[in-house]
Amino acid sequence: MYFETRELSKEFGGLTAVKEVDFAIEKGKINAIIGPNGAGKSTFFNLITGLHRPSSGEVFFKDQEISHLSSNKIAELGIARTFQTTNLFERATVFDNVIVGHRLRTKTNLLDAILRTKRCKQEEEQCKEKAWEVLQATGLTHVATKIVTNISQEEKKRVAIALALATDPEVLFLDEPTAGINPDETNGLAGLITELAQMGITICLIEHKMKMIMQMADKIMVLNYGEKIAEGAPEEINKNEEVIRAYLGGEASA
Amino acid sequence: MAVVNKKGLLFVLILLAIIFPLIVPNQYYIHILTLAFIWTIAVYGLNLLSGYTGYLSLAHAGFFAIGAYSLGLLTVKVELNYWLAFMLSPIITCIIGVMIGLIALRTKEHFFAIYTLCVGYIIYLIIDKWDSLTGGVRGLIGIPAPADIGFISLSTPLSQYYFVFIILLLVIFTVYRIVHSLTGRSFTAIRNSEPLAQSLGISPMRNKLTSFVLSTFYAGLAGALYASFIRFIGPEIAYTTITFDLLTYMIVGGIGTLSGPLIGTLLIVWLSQNLQFLQDYRMLIFGPLLTLIIIFAPGGISGTFLQWRARRKEKQRINMTTMKKQA
Amino acid sequence: MDIFIQQLFNGLTIGSVYSLVALGLTLVYGILHIPNFAHGALYMLGGYVTLTMMVYLGVNYWISILISIITIGILSVLMDRLVFHPLRKSTPIQHKVAAIGMLLFLEALAQLIWGADYRQMPTPYGQVIQFADVTLTVQRLIIVVAAIAVMILLYLFLKKTFMGASILAMAQNREGASLVGINTNKVAVITFFIAGTLAAIGASLTSPINLVFPGMGHLVILKAFVIIIIGGMGSIPGAILGGYILGFSESIGATYISSDYKDIIAFVLLIVILSIKPQGIFAKGGV
Repeated sequence: MYFETRELSKEFGGLTAVKEVDFAIEKGKINAIIGPNGAGKSTFFNLITGLHRPSSGEVFFKDQEISHLSSNKIAELGIARTFQTTNLFERATVFDNVIVGHRLRTKTNLLDAILRTKRCKQEEEQCKEKAWEVLQATGLTHVATKIVTNISQEEKKRVAIALALATDPEVLFLDEPTAGINPDETNGLAGLITELAQMGITICLIEHKMKMIMQMADKIMVLNYGEKIAEGAPEEINKNEEVIRAYLGGEASA
Repeated sequence: MAVVNKKGLLFVLILLAIIFPLIVPNQYYIHILTLAFIWTIAVYGLNLLSGYTGYLSLAHAGFFAIGAYSLGLLTVKVELNYWLAFMLSPIITCIIGVMIGLIALRTKEHFFAIYTLCVGYIIYLIIDKWDSLTGGVRGLIGIPAPADIGFISLSTPLSQYYFVFIILLLVIFTVYRIVHSLTGRSFTAIRNSEPLAQSLGISPMRNKLTSFVLSTFYAGLAGALYASFIRFIGPEIAYTTITFDLLTYMIVGGIGTLSGPLIGTLLIVWLSQNLQFLQDYRMLIFGPLLTLIIIFAPGGISGTFLQWRARRKEKQRINMTTMKKQA
Repeated sequence: MDIFIQQLFNGLTIGSVYSLVALGLTLVYGILHIPNFAHGALYMLGGYVTLTMMVYLGVNYWISILISIITIGILSVLMDRLVFHPLRKSTPIQHKVAAIGMLLFLEALAQLIWGADYRQMPTPYGQVIQFADVTLTVQRLIIVVAAIAVMILLYLFLKKTFMGASILAMAQNREGASLVGINTNKVAVITFFIAGTLAAIGASLTSPINLVFPGMGHLVILKAFVIIIIGGMGSIPGAILGGYILGFSESIGATYISSDYKDIIAFVLLIVILSIKPQGIFAKGGV
């Protein structure tokens, strides 16, 4: 198995946020996690990427158990993620924001920095090249020198993706990449995500926009109250009665 | 163009600092400026941690005092060679810094500030009460001035001025290199959002500790300079008053900027000199100033200027592109 | 044994004052998540106002305290409106720096008005009571009784009035409180007023047995922070309990360990606690 969770659970002070979820992410595909609000999707993401420790269960990446690793170690293995809020450094340029994304592939230490050794210069160059490369890949070269405060919400979302890409990931987790964005721009971002998958990066995303997910995802898992209620291709999910019920119920109570 | 200007400005400033004692041969002013340079060094340390890494440490005066007392005790009680003591002092401060940092940095935000405030108070209390070692409230007297290097004497106020100035230049230079390096970028990433930085593979603990220990290094260095310049130290240099002074210098000058500590310290020290009639009441002005700046211009002098310039550049570029489009 | 009982009583006296100051701090922290470093300055000013009323204007002790309470309460509200309210969307560092700025200003102000000298506040209750082998002054007895009375009043206010319930609700959940129609601005104002009041009461009660000087708030506020971290930031019973625990450990520590280092007890306690639990004891679990 490429990437999977086994009976992954998380409790917060007696409340079960995620309950015994088995999920496999398929290599090179677009995998999606959907579910009503408060279904535990973000918590599930945080467990996989090491932000939270699971209460029980395991996470495997290429046959290695990773749930005990810290999220910076997990990033080094080639697993990147974005957050719902972009958290960029608003007062710096887009380019400056993205450079640090490649830091984990460099070895420069404090002494190198103070003495400005050859390694230091080389690695800085390497990070800058990587930044250009990912800005190109995400279609952001035209705003590279702009201050982040002055770019659009959609562009910020792209910068966040660019930053994650700068870590050279194999797998990319996107937490609601199109939240708070208008329909036209959503299509643009969906296109970008599809392109990334075509480049060979495995994608796993959380989304609310059903239409978009049904079109682009290769595989979908549905969470409800922390439990997996369905998993499969979009057509299967569409027909699944429990999913329909969960969504209707969720909407009725909202 | 901008680079030439920046270098030119730097050159002029350095030149100004070099000829200052020649144009103003007033012992008192030289003394004050030397002292201001020493505070500046400490503020650079504080800024690296609080400004660039986002962790407001309120124990900075404590580390300053550790550096000062290390030098004082090593020269007066151990009678060590001056330069050896001078080099050991910041290192001792760092070692204590590592031990405190390892625990303190597990806490965040308010907890970190309160924790370090308490650490600072403990350092003060220990210096104040450990009479047999530190001399307690009476303080430590007879600390030697920097020893001569070959035929260069460092016992006159003028030579000490240049000595401290050179150290300050070195400090600014190293801080410049650090904040512009990948290590510095990691610091800012942590300040920005710790979970995001960590998800990019940046180890928060390792980087925070590096920043913390560096900040204690500069504090210890400044303390050692202070001890050999003033040649008398008492427990009050570890008190929160000093921490709050340093904090004021940093905020006024510009937190998280390279020129902020220098601008803020020189400005406030100069103002204090001109407001001498206020003496103990200078905080009547600086206290509200601190609060007003943090509300209306949180970037301080330097940060506000940089932001204004960035905005102007951006506007110019937008105008240029619209002009091109129209043409 | 007598010394021990005597120290227990002293601990109760100090603890009462600590609890009052910590209560104000924890209430403010609870609703706004601001560690108000300037709270110690309010405490100090509370002492001075009472002192001035009594010594310079010859006002009765209790009326002096009442005037102090109102003055400091208003000052505390002003601090919220002028400083913390405009900063409500800012970073945590900004809150702290702003509070420190206020602290520095108020201390300098006190020094300007009253000078840097240590002052003694006279007490109309200097009588000594002999109780078996334990001696206690009436003033100390008043501190303990008054503090407990104030705490009971505060409890009744929080539990029995709509405003009190709103404060508790907002401390529980800020967004939730504003969603159910609680006027968060009003709650903040009332909370700051109460916090100022408690600081003034604490200072006015303890000043006759301690000294009044511009730096008198430093140690008290630091210890109050330690108390609310021990008791849980924002927790009301925690602040009361923590205050008394610290009061007892200090007075007993001063007798049996070292009076030189008694002030260090609180900080060592804090360092030990935060070293084991970086989020403080009773931190809300999970995230």
